This record gives sequence, C-alpha cells and structure tokens, in this order.
Amino acid sequence: MSEERAIHDATPEVQPRPVLSLDDVHVRFGGSHVLQGVSFDVPSTGVTALLGRNGVGKTTTLKAVIGLAPRSGRILLQGREIQQQATARIVRAGVGYVPEDREVFGGLTVDENLRLVDPDLGVDAPVVAELFPDLVKRRGQRAGTLSGGQQQMVSLARVLLRDNALLLIDEPTKGLAPKLVTEVADVLAEVARTTPILLVEQNLPLVRRIADRVVVLDAGEVVHRGAAADLVADVELTRELLGVSMRREGAA
Amino acid sequence: MTSSTQTPPAVRASTGGPDSPDGPAGTQPRSSRARVLLRAIPALVVVAVLAYLPYVAAELPGILPGRVNGPGSMQLLATCLVVGGIALSYDVLFGRTGLLSFGHALFVAAGSYLLTISLSTWDLPLPLAVGVALGLSTLLALAVGAIALRVGGIAFAMVTLAFAQAASIVVMRNPGGLTGGEEGKPLDRDALPGLLVGVSNAPYRYWLALGFVVVAWVFVSLLVRSRAGHAMAAVRENEQRAAVLGFGTYRVKLMAIVAGSFLGAVGGAVHALVLGGSNPHLTTSEFTLSLLVMVVLGGAGHRWGGVLGGVLYTYADARLVEVSNAGFLHSLPEVVRQVLSQPLFILGAFFVVVVYFAPSGLTGLGGRLIRRAGTR
Amino acid sequence: MSDLVLLLVTGLGLGALYFIAASGLSLIYGLMGVLNFAHGAFMTAGAYAGWLTMDALPESWPTGSRLVLALLVAVVVGTVIGVVVEVVLIRPLYRHHIQQVLVTVGLSLAGVAAAQGIWGSDPRPVDKPVWMTTTSDVLGARLPNDRLVYVVAAVALFLGLMALLHLTRLGLVIRAGVENRTMVEALGINVRRTFTVVFAIGGAAAGLAGVLYSQYAGAVSPAQGGSLLIFAFIVVVIGGMGSLPGTAVAAVVVGLVQQLANYYAASGVGDLSVVLLLALVLLLRPTSLKGAPA
Repeated sequence: MSEERAIHDATPEVQPRPVLSLDDVHVRFGGSHVLQGVSFDVPSTGVTALLGRNGVGKTTTLKAVIGLAPRSGRILLQGREIQQQATARIVRAGVGYVPEDREVFGGLTVDENLRLVDPDLGVDAPVVAELFPDLVKRRGQRAGTLSGGQQQMVSLARVLLRDNALLLIDEPTKGLAPKLVTEVADVLAEVARTTPILLVEQNLPLVRRIADRVVVLDAGEVVHRGAAADLVADVELTRELLGVSMRREGAA
Repeated sequence: MTSSTQTPPAVRASTGGPDSPDGPAGTQPRSSRARVLLRAIPALVVVAVLAYLPYVAAELPGILPGRVNGPGSMQLLATCLVVGGIALSYDVLFGRTGLLSFGHALFVAAGSYLLTISLSTWDLPLPLAVGVALGLSTLLALAVGAIALRVGGIAFAMVTLAFAQAASIVVMRNPGGLTGGEEGKPLDRDALPGLLVGVSNAPYRYWLALGFVVVAWVFVSLLVRSRAGHAMAAVRENEQRAAVLGFGTYRVKLMAIVAGSFLGAVGGAVHALVLGGSNPHLTTSEFTLSLLVMVVLGGAGHRWGGVLGGVLYTYADARLVEVSNAGFLHSLPEVVRQVLSQPLFILGAFFVVVVYFAPSGLTGLGGRLIRRAGTR
Repeated sequence: MSDLVLLLVTGLGLGALYFIAASGLSLIYGLMGVLNFAHGAFMTAGAYAGWLTMDALPESWPTGSRLVLALLVAVVVGTVIGVVVEVVLIRPLYRHHIQQVLVTVGLSLAGVAAAQGIWGSDPRPVDKPVWMTTTSDVLGARLPNDRLVYVVAAVALFLGLMALLHLTRLGLVIRAGVENRTMVEALGINVRRTFTVVFAIGGAAAGLAGVLYSQYAGAVSPAQGGSLLIFAFIVVVIGGMGSLPGTAVAAVVVGLVQQLANYYAASGVGDLSVVLLLALVLLLRPTSLKGAPA
C-alpha cells in the first residue's frame, strides 16, 4: 500500500489550492525564538507529516496555527488569513485540533466530553458508532478513568463531531501499546480519506504507512519538504534529518 | 536615574531564555569597581540632598506644610521615607521573587508593636528591645512563611492575608492592654534617647528614616546580587525551571519571605520611633494592599521602584486631602466631590490605570522615556 | 442540649453567609484563575444598594417586603457590576493573572473609599423585619429566625448552582473550563462569553451576600465587604479552590468552628480559631488543595 502511495506521489500532480499555508511564521516565548520563519503548505488531501527531533517546534507549529501560541507571519486557511483570530474562531472555521497528551476532561463523562462539541448527539453521533464503538459502551464513564488509548479515541472523536476542513493531530500514538498504535493508525487512515491531516508523529513506521508528504523542522526552521516515501527510503537522509535510523526504528 | 543605564533584573534574567545553558548568574560583569562607583554617584547625590533638607528653611507652599525643616514637613517626609523603605522590603517578595503576599503588613506591624511593647510595657533597654522586636518578627515570618508556602500562587496570597488578618484581630482586641486596641500604643518617651523625642527633634527622626531607607536599599541591592538573589530571580522567572536547575524553590521562597520580613520589621520599628508609637493601621489588610500598590506604582523588581512608589503613595495619601478642598472642585456635583475627597479612591483608580498602561511602573516608564530620548 | 442545638444553628447560619460570599469567588477562581479581590467591594455595593432601596421605599410597607425588594435590587446591582468589571477591566488582561488580581485590588480600594466618601465610614443601621429578630422553638432550643433565613438562602443558592453546573450546557462548559480552559477553546467554544456569565453570577451572589450580611450585622459600613471577604477566602482555600461542594462543606465547618470557639473559649476567639483551622488544614492535607500557581 505504501508502495502505491509513493509512486502516486512521486508524479507531480496539479494541486488545488492548499488547505493551509504558513508563510514566514515566527513564534517567540519570552526570550526564546521557537519558530524562526516557518513556511510550508498543507495540500487539501491526504496526510502531511510534520517531523523533526524533540524540541524543534513541531507542537509549537500546530499551536501557532490554532492560535494557542503567540505568532507572527501569515497563516492562510483555505486562502483566508487566520493569524489574528482567536482559537475558538479558528476551530469553528474548520480546524480540528487533537493535542499532544489527549487533554480529555477527566472529570466529565465520555458523553459529556463529546457533548461539549455536539450538544445534541454527543456519543450518539453516527461517526462515533462507526469509528469508536468502544466509546458508546463507555458513555457514562469518567474520561479520567479511561486507558490512554481510550482517551486518545475520545480526543479524536470529539473533533470528528464537527465538519473539519483540516485536522491538526499531535503525536496520537505517544505512549500507546503497539496494538493500539495500529488501531489509531486505522482511524487516521480512514479519516484521511475525507479530511486532510497535518500530523506530528515520531513513529516512522506509522508515518510510512499513512503519510503522503513530510515537512521536516530543525531548530525552528523547515529543512526538508517532500514525499513521505522518498524520505523514508533514504536511510542517510532520515538519519541526518531526524537523528534516527529507520532500520532500527522499524525493527523495534 | 542611574537605573536607566542598566538592564533591569527582570530583563536580565529572561534574556537567558529557557534553552540557554547559562542561568541568570554570571552575567554580571565583575571587572570595574570604578563603574559601580560611578553609577552610585546619582544615588549618593540624592541621599546628600535629602540629608541636607533639615537645614533648608524655605517654604514650598502647596507642596509641604510650612517650612521644609519645620516639624510638620519633617514628620511627613520621614513617614514617606519609612514607608518607602517598607515598600522596598515588600518588593523582595513580590518584585524579586514573584510571591504575591497579602500578609506583609503582619511583619511590619510585628516590628512596630514588639518594639513599642518591649519599651513601654516590658521596660527593656532600647538595644535589647530592638533585638527582641526583630528576632521575634523574624521567627514569626519563618513560621508563617513555612505554613503559607504549602500552597502556591493565588492560594498563597489568600492564606497570607488570612494570617495578617488574624494578627489584626489580636491587635484590635487589645489583649491584656498590651496593644492599645484601636487607639494604638504610644512609645514610652523616657525609654528613648532624647534626640528621638519631642517636636524640636523632628530632623533627627527624619535622618533616622533616611538612614533606614539607605540601609534597606543597600540590603536589597546586595541581596539581589548574591547567589540567593539569583535563585530568587530564577524562581520568579520560572519556578519549574528553577527547580530543575537545582534550586530548592521552597527554601528560596522561604528565604525571601524571611529576608523581606526582617527588613519590613526593621521598617516597622523605625516607623514606631518616627511616629512615637504603634498604629493599628499597620496591621490592616488595607496597609498590605497599599504596599502592593506602592511597589507596582513604583516598578516591581526595580531597585528604585519600591522606594519611589512608597514615598509618592504616602505623600499623595497625606496631601490629596488638601487637593480635595481646592477651589476648582467646588463646581462639581456633591457626590463627585465626596468621592474625590478620598485619597484612596484617587490612588486606587490611578493604580488601575498604571496596571493597564504602565505595567512596569513609574520607574519603568521613566527608564523607557530616558532610553528613547537617548537613542535619538 | 438546647444550647448545643442553638450553637449549631447559629454556626450554620454564619456558615451559610460564608458560603454565599465564597461561592461566587470560588466559581470565578475555578473557571478563570482570577482571584477577584473586588468581591468584597461587590458585597459592599450590594449592601448599600439594599440599604438605599429599603430607605427609598415607603415606611408604610412591611419591612419584610422591603427587604425582599432590597435583595432583588442588590442582586441586579451585583450582576451589573460583575458584568461591567469583567468586560471592561478583566477581559483585556486575559491570561495575565497577576495583573488581573492587581486591577481588582485597585478596584476594591477605590470602591471602599468611594463608599466612605459618599456615606461616611460609620456604620448605618438597617431595618430588620421583626420576624427575623425573633426566635422559633425547635427541639427545645429557641433558634433565631434570621439564621434560618441565611441557611435557606444558602441552600437555595447551592442547589441552584449545582443544577446550573450539572444540568445545563453552560454548566458543562464551566465544568470543562475549570479543568482545562485552553482545551475548551481549542474545541471551538467561546470561553470568554462564559467568563462574563460567571462574573455575573459571582456579582449576583455577592449582592445577595452583601444584603444578608448587613442584616446579620444590623448595619451597613464600607469595610463590611472586606471583612466578610477574608472569611470567604479562607473558605475557598479550605474548600479546595474552585470546587462548589468543597466550598459548601468548608463554609459550614468554618461557621461552626467560629461559633463553638466563641462560645466555649471566649468571645472573639472564633475569628482566630478559623485562621488556626486554616493553618492546620494547610499543614495536614496540602495535597488536597489545588493551589495551582497563577
């Protein structure tokens, strides 16, 4: 399957307007300059993986898009500038955000977590039954008592209750057991058929499986853009950009 | 303003950034003692001018009551200076360590009342009385700080306020006639050296107040340059990171509370000597809040901020009453005049404005203006 | 026995007042991380609004109905003040918690000073319905009726707030926001509108507390709100900073401790015993207190 994608991507195609464009985006926290002029586009289909070592600004990039980090520069969502807008407006304009560490509301039930986004249906929304049948069974359980994988499903489900033009998903498989990683990957692959995803992910096999394109950050700047398959296939490049050996990762 | 030529500590500490390996320590150039002396010159000039004021017989109508060296003006200026020094002591907690304490009045009042009680009730000699007042106040700070620091942030503010309020209740209740209740407790004049007593000796009390400010200023300057001071700055900038760097944040904060409270207690004792007794106003939450207002007005964490804010606030509090009698107010509606006749209303409203438009306080504002003028 | 019942009910009445005063504070802190120091000034404003209302109404009306109207006016005044303060002063300083506290400090100083300028610093007596000055016989104890009124008001407020939190969409957003404000916004919900509503609720509760406390004290004075505020702070800290049931339990405990200490030790020891209780709680169970850094 990844082979097919690789071939498909290698041939340049006429891309429609990107769903998201970052143009010279800077983020400063106090004295530190975390993003130093990041520019890249997220096409309107498929999965774009945002890669890089720890601390290079991947999460910050997502937060800059969603308005949770103080940013400057231009950010276009479907051609409209959003860099001045408040978080809630950006989300309602069609950007779903699944944060690192899930951040479900632990004191609220599964159903209440979902009803925050969809007051009428909550856990009864069709998409939940389709993708997360386990959550329907646990509707009355407090989210804080769920396992990490279940919490990740809540975190994913609640953004999918909206119609999104784009999903920002930050390390959805962090700390999950291999079986759960596969489950999450299946959901992401399914969602990506209809909605473009900008995905931050450390797990390279997962990237190889579901990502179409990669953007690599280093020290707050974009250092590489290209097809996911090209990067993954080039062991030297992978090691240079990400400081990991694909082989070792893959064997683990 | 010497300060404008020098990076304020808040900026200095944060330029390190969360990722730079060097902490706030070690950025101070140790090379030239001459430059340090050079920088101290304006401060010395200010102190010299202030020290000379008791010899100035001129009148400044509208600014000071009567002659500059008259007892009224001397008393007012002395009070301003003492409160300025006390505000500086509060800045050790708020501006330097980032501790929002609403209980600092407790330690100031402890210094004041313990001195008065030691002298007037227990008949101790002055040096011993001072020792008792400062020693007990510091112990109190250690105990209260140790308990209050079990919570952080906003809860810490609320807890310290509660403790200060408890002290206020005790003082007002006048247990065993010890504190004098609402009337306050006068100092026993016979227990004091003659120079500190009587209307004609107001200049000596003024010099005492000035001496306290200088000592407090030097104390704070030395403290913030010490290792402990750097640790305090680190805690203020980022508590978690300070903990990672190996500072025991609890101990650093407790140290700041004890050091600031000690200085506050000294201020309380000097306050009692200058005013001839202890006033229950020192124990009220209003006084604690006004310390916070002073420090923010002057510029928190700034070497001059606390003193400047304290002096200006006390002066305004005393003199704004006069303003409210001014002729131009008579055309205003009754209610407006009634409200404006309250210095605290004007100060409170002005404070809100400062928080919005000059969050770094008057010294920050002044420094910015001077820098801007300098770059042209 | 009847002494104990009397003590328990009077303590409960005091705790009820503390709960009404602390509930708004606790909600606001829980959701917004804002310590509203002006809450005392809000309560003072409510007390004066109630006093002025009762004064303005014709003497021929029964005091009870004048009091009911005074309560309504105070609640409206508190609500309006809450909304105005949030929109004008707090909102522009979003995420600057220390500055928000400072602004409310300035506001409380200015507010109390303004009341002092207009009405003087001396307490002004308020009318109290005759029924509230008398007692009812319950279990052999003669219980002061006014305490029963405070308890009923507090229970009604508590139930109302719990219903709001657990049965409405607004309550769901508030509960989620207390846990994680940022994430609520990241789900596309405008939390700031909720902030205004919560400030309005806090102001309304403060207005209610102001009038009831002036009934308890028999007078209005500018400093009244401030002294009640300190007990409200203690209650909020003991109750766990932002939890409404915690606040209710803490308010009852503080009221009872204060009343019992006043009776069995000496008059005036009650206030101090409350601060001692706070110190004990801090020393014994610091982990249960969500004293999150600002």
